[in-house]
Amino acid sequence: MTIMTKFLGATAALALSAGAALADPALIYDLGGKFDKSFNEAAYNGAQRWAEETGGTYKDIEMQSEAQREQALRRFAEAGFSPVITAGFAFADPINNVAADYPDTKFVNIDGWLPEVPENVLLINFQEHQGSYLVGMLAAMESKSNTVGFIGGMDIPLIRHFACGYAQGAKAVNPDITVISNMTGTTPAAWNDPVKGTELAKAQIGQGADVIYAAAGGTGIGVLQTAADEGIKSIGVDSNQNHMHPGSVLTSMLKRVDNAVFEAMSGGADLETGTFMTLGLAEDGVGYAVDENNAELISDDMIAAVEDAKAKIISGDLEVVSYYANDSCPALEF
Amino acid sequence: MDKMPAWADAVLVPLISLLLAAFLSALVILAIGENPVDAFKLMVDGALMRSSGWGYTLYYATNFIFTGLAVAVAFHARLFNIGGEGQAVLGGLGAALACLFIPWPHWSLAIIGGAFAAAAFGALWALIPAYLQAKRGSHIVITTIMFNFIAAALLNYVLVNLLKPAGSMEPATANFPEATHLPSFQDMFATADNPLFRGSPANVTFFLALIACVLVWLLIWRTRLGYEIRAQGHSETAARYAGISPVRITIVAMLISGGLAGLMAVNATMGEAERLVINAAEGAGFIGIAVALMGRNHPVGVLMAALLFGFLYQGGAELALWTNIPRELIVVIQALVILFTGALDNMVRMPLEKLFVKRRAA
Repeated sequence: MTIMTKFLGATAALALSAGAALADPALIYDLGGKFDKSFNEAAYNGAQRWAEETGGTYKDIEMQSEAQREQALRRFAEAGFSPVITAGFAFADPINNVAADYPDTKFVNIDGWLPEVPENVLLINFQEHQGSYLVGMLAAMESKSNTVGFIGGMDIPLIRHFACGYAQGAKAVNPDITVISNMTGTTPAAWNDPVKGTELAKAQIGQGADVIYAAAGGTGIGVLQTAADEGIKSIGVDSNQNHMHPGSVLTSMLKRVDNAVFEAMSGGADLETGTFMTLGLAEDGVGYAVDENNAELISDDMIAAVEDAKAKIISGDLEVVSYYANDSCPALEF
Repeated sequence: MDKMPAWADAVLVPLISLLLAAFLSALVILAIGENPVDAFKLMVDGALMRSSGWGYTLYYATNFIFTGLAVAVAFHARLFNIGGEGQAVLGGLGAALACLFIPWPHWSLAIIGGAFAAAAFGALWALIPAYLQAKRGSHIVITTIMFNFIAAALLNYVLVNLLKPAGSMEPATANFPEATHLPSFQDMFATADNPLFRGSPANVTFFLALIACVLVWLLIWRTRLGYEIRAQGHSETAARYAGISPVRITIVAMLISGGLAGLMAVNATMGEAERLVINAAEGAGFIGIAVALMGRNHPVGVLMAALLFGFLYQGGAELALWTNIPRELIVVIQALVILFTGALDNMVRMPLEKLFVKRRAA
């Protein structure tokens, strides 16, 4: 609450000094909404950390419709905000359309892809399959029923990418393990449907899964809740979700969107653009979360095995196959 | 005898409903500690006081005109088509296929071809529920809403597996070729020293929507088919007695309705995104129901209601941009307007009717 009040105060102050607010950063969340306890919230946390550490102010907005994407980009650019940071792949194309009109504004996109990156645009990608591989190993080591589950949000390549890394990790530990994979839906509503998440989790538990990894934005809240209610383990995503159900959330696959946002805001005018930035295990862009909420769930043996794999992935001795490489997964059928 | 004058029915009732909705919205805004007067000013300023704001208002309105007309036409035959969303999704697919695979030399030809493909796909998507209703008696409300989900799943499959450019993260088609890009209002009206409609998505499709309004009016009130549609809407048994085939009317009305909903995609795909994104219809099919209700299923009413909802969408976007009013609340405000103008229509109408009758009696 105090953070919220401080934040409201900060934006109110910003609104008052609208003309003078040159070169403040702006942050645009995707349709899932700011407080999805996952991807968008990670972006928000990064911005919040930046605001607290530097005393700076920023402007943010949640999307409601597709046409708004370009509108928000233009309005922020015209109002003098820079860098304009966007969370979610769907912003890549609108940024491509507007970037040339605002050469003095720097645009940042997280998760997006463009065939050619304009001069004033930075695209940040994460090696989610590497982090998912590690939590997949943890899931397989934890599972007693030899069955682990995956619940994705919207059925898109990005989420298959998560699932694929997870399945590879699980099968690296136990080649005979069964990986059940379900997607919540085929529309953006799938990012924010905790009820459906609950149903899918129950269905997977019915099939024997005793660890379920949710990569589904706000939908994952329902998955984690159900896992806690039914007494099985779950794995959170993007933000550290261990605290949501201590003792039930085995770990969280961290995607350090917060770091990316923090770095972009800190970079300010000096931010290097016109390129891709890829954040993997080596750059601490992805990882798994261990804190006081799950320390008892993860044994030293498990940590040793995962750290070993992590070192091998970083050194290149172990290659986690990316779903993008040929739009298919060696360890999982979709 | 116990009727109120036409002007009161068409103007006064919606106006009072709107005022009630605005009043309740103001209370809600007040309750979260924002100033409703400032919020309203911001909405008007953002949506109506700048040409770029108008550009967005008219863009949204164009979508709502098509989907509103779609619901209205079906409703004249007493068919409640709530599948506008799915029909618009399929319309988008039709427009995208036409734009991607036919080498159009000029946008003027592309809009005709794209509109034809969008309408055809939308109409075909409505044909199946129409057939099930006409021949099997499966209720159109149930089937059309289920077809929305099938449409979303189908589009998702096509985009992810067939039309997505390699390497792209987003389930969307490649950009349409340059020649199919429809001129926006900016291209049409902006001059070097007067950059009207800058960056806004309103485009030539708006005029297509206006033409659709005129054609729907002609169809419903000036043609034999329109008469038959209305006859079935008023009394199916009477219509059948008069020799009007309910099967034929159900199917034809739904085909027209689906075609109109599909046309919405011309605006959203060829006019705005210039590619097909998965979320292209984004609820306009459902807003169309409210627009048709509020517009009394008359093209002029639909046009006015669509403009109002366009204003609410664009004004709501401005609120989200520059205030701390959360987006959920903006949805609440939009829902209040729908509630009062659509669902609670009789709440205002009945007392008003009594009032007029009493005055006349006195």
